[in-house]
Amino acid sequence: MAKLNLLLLAVLVACALGLVTSQHKARKLFSDLERERSRARELDVEYGRLQLEASTWGLHSRVERIALGTLGLRAPDPRRVRVIGAGR
Amino acid sequence: MTSAVGAAAQGLVRLPVWRARFVLFALLVAFGALLARALYLQAMKTDFLQERGDARYSRVLDIPATRGRILDRNGEALAVSTPVKSIWAIPSDVAFKAADKRKLATLLAMSERELDKKLAAASRDFVYLKRQVPPETAEAIARLRLAGIYESPEYRRYYPAGEVTAHIIGFTGVDDSGQEGIELAHQDTLGGRAGSRRVIKDRLGRVVEDVQSIRVAQDGKDIVLSIDSKIQSLAYSALKTAVEHHHAKAGSLIAIDIRTGEVLALANVPSFNPNNRTRLTGAQLRNRVITDLFEPGSTLKPFTVALALESGKVTPQTVVATAPGRMTMAHYTIRDVHPAAALTVAQIIQKSSNVGAAKLALALPRESMYGLFQRVGFGAAPSLGFPGAAAGRLRPYKTWKPVEQATMAYGHGISLSLIQLARAYSIFATDGELVPLTLVKSASPASGEKLISTETARAVRAMLETAVQPGGTGPRARIMGWRVAGKTGTAHKQENGGYAADKYLASFVGLAPVSAPRLVIAVAIDEPGGHDYYGGSVAAPVFAQVMQGALRLLGVPHDAPLEPLDTPAAEEAREST
Repeated sequence: MAKLNLLLLAVLVACALGLVTSQHKARKLFSDLERERSRARELDVEYGRLQLEASTWGLHSRVERIALGTLGLRAPDPRRVRVIGAGR
Repeated sequence: MTSAVGAAAQGLVRLPVWRARFVLFALLVAFGALLARALYLQAMKTDFLQERGDARYSRVLDIPATRGRILDRNGEALAVSTPVKSIWAIPSDVAFKAADKRKLATLLAMSERELDKKLAAASRDFVYLKRQVPPETAEAIARLRLAGIYESPEYRRYYPAGEVTAHIIGFTGVDDSGQEGIELAHQDTLGGRAGSRRVIKDRLGRVVEDVQSIRVAQDGKDIVLSIDSKIQSLAYSALKTAVEHHHAKAGSLIAIDIRTGEVLALANVPSFNPNNRTRLTGAQLRNRVITDLFEPGSTLKPFTVALALESGKVTPQTVVATAPGRMTMAHYTIRDVHPAAALTVAQIIQKSSNVGAAKLALALPRESMYGLFQRVGFGAAPSLGFPGAAAGRLRPYKTWKPVEQATMAYGHGISLSLIQLARAYSIFATDGELVPLTLVKSASPASGEKLISTETARAVRAMLETAVQPGGTGPRARIMGWRVAGKTGTAHKQENGGYAADKYLASFVGLAPVSAPRLVIAVAIDEPGGHDYYGGSVAAPVFAQVMQGALRLLGVPHDAPLEPLDTPAAEEAREST
């Protein structure tokens, strides 16, 4: 009888320790998850900012200004244009 | 009794029984008190204590929701929210040194006087010092560690394309809710809903457990518009140049892909910068394409002609007597700029003859004219889901007098918006179908209601092509590489119930390429100054510029040889409406 009780006590202690450990692990993992989530939010914000930047740099008027001014590009003379028909 | 006897025998003093009883009783009383206290705490004050306990580790966190982005059809950002901070103060708690105050004022980009004035409102226990401060500035302020100065997160909306897309996108207020344009129209979709949740935090402030979600946060959804920002930008700059060149009051333009009914560009001049909205006037804010009504003038003639062809009474070659270039009805004289003895129906469009159009209209029943105008969408606000869309004025046919029916044939006595006019022209571009418009990108081809027969639509399209050939009213609308069809309009503006002698509205509506129409573009220039006020010389060049660029950007196959165009100036016809 006493042996059984001792055995049960040992099992109980083991279970209790297991519970504490798993709870601790769960909380640790959860805090990792939270950190990743906030990183995801930050990255999303960053993405928005980059999109904004890309739009600003890629403004049609800016591209045109640089193409005409800095790079000296111009539309080709229509007589020198050959149109390649697709699928014909 | 053996032990007692034993104890006595060993000479031990026997204590009185009551002492043991007393100790037992005292212990019992103490236990009782403990039990009562425990019961009291557990049963009566449990809520309060639980709350106190939770307060040590559990916190309610706000979950911010971001507003959805607005993108153009190619995924380019047109409106994006980024986090900023608002700086606020509790004036009664504020106490800082002069040096700190100077630093704060510099960081907030305001003078110390201004700062003092804001803080002087001591009666209030909350005052915004500055809203929408960049995160870096807010961080610098936080580093000063000033008492009574706080910050809270906010979002600010940025519009990278600025004035180019201002009228379509609209803008949001400081509270991040839409106030104009798409921002207002799609507020429900774009606007997020902030949530909150209860969590357990550890000693270091890390969230370790989610206890309960109080309200689920919902981020706003992105909206993809039908707008093509390249065509939009091209349209805006062409329009702006034309308005400046002709000293006009305003201008507007709309481009529609008639296969899908998508609006590819919608531009207005004057515009405004949505990123900096100080000193805005109503004239700048107005989305003229949608809200402004005007008498369309000659651009309405094709509808009269289409109806005449539908009635079967005339063909494009039927000759209509237009001599002597004017016609008097009930004290009102209808005039032509180029008087001709007789014109074919096709020439009425080409030369933009008012007399011819009036004669065609008078041969038609009022009901059928009214019916077509109504079916193409005049007199009813377009179902765009856009705030402030104007309906225009189309009076019921029973009140029409014959002279009014005649003038309506060339677009007088009826008012409509540019978007209504552009949409109505889709019947000539699609073999008779009226295409429903959308500002949101759609993948499927639009299917519209068929209003006129395929033969009529093609016949009118052919006439519209002659109108932009040398000898017509709008040769400057032609472009290299594609066949174009369209109609000019030069309407006197209405003022104080009559027509202003020297104020015009020059317009042009056209489609291209004629062999397989893809785009309809409508241009209106309001009050061009100087002698050049005709639709063919003011609005048509803008049309040509935008149409050419748009067709190239869309990769539409050419249907005309790539040869430079030249128009002898003398071959351009004028018009009076």
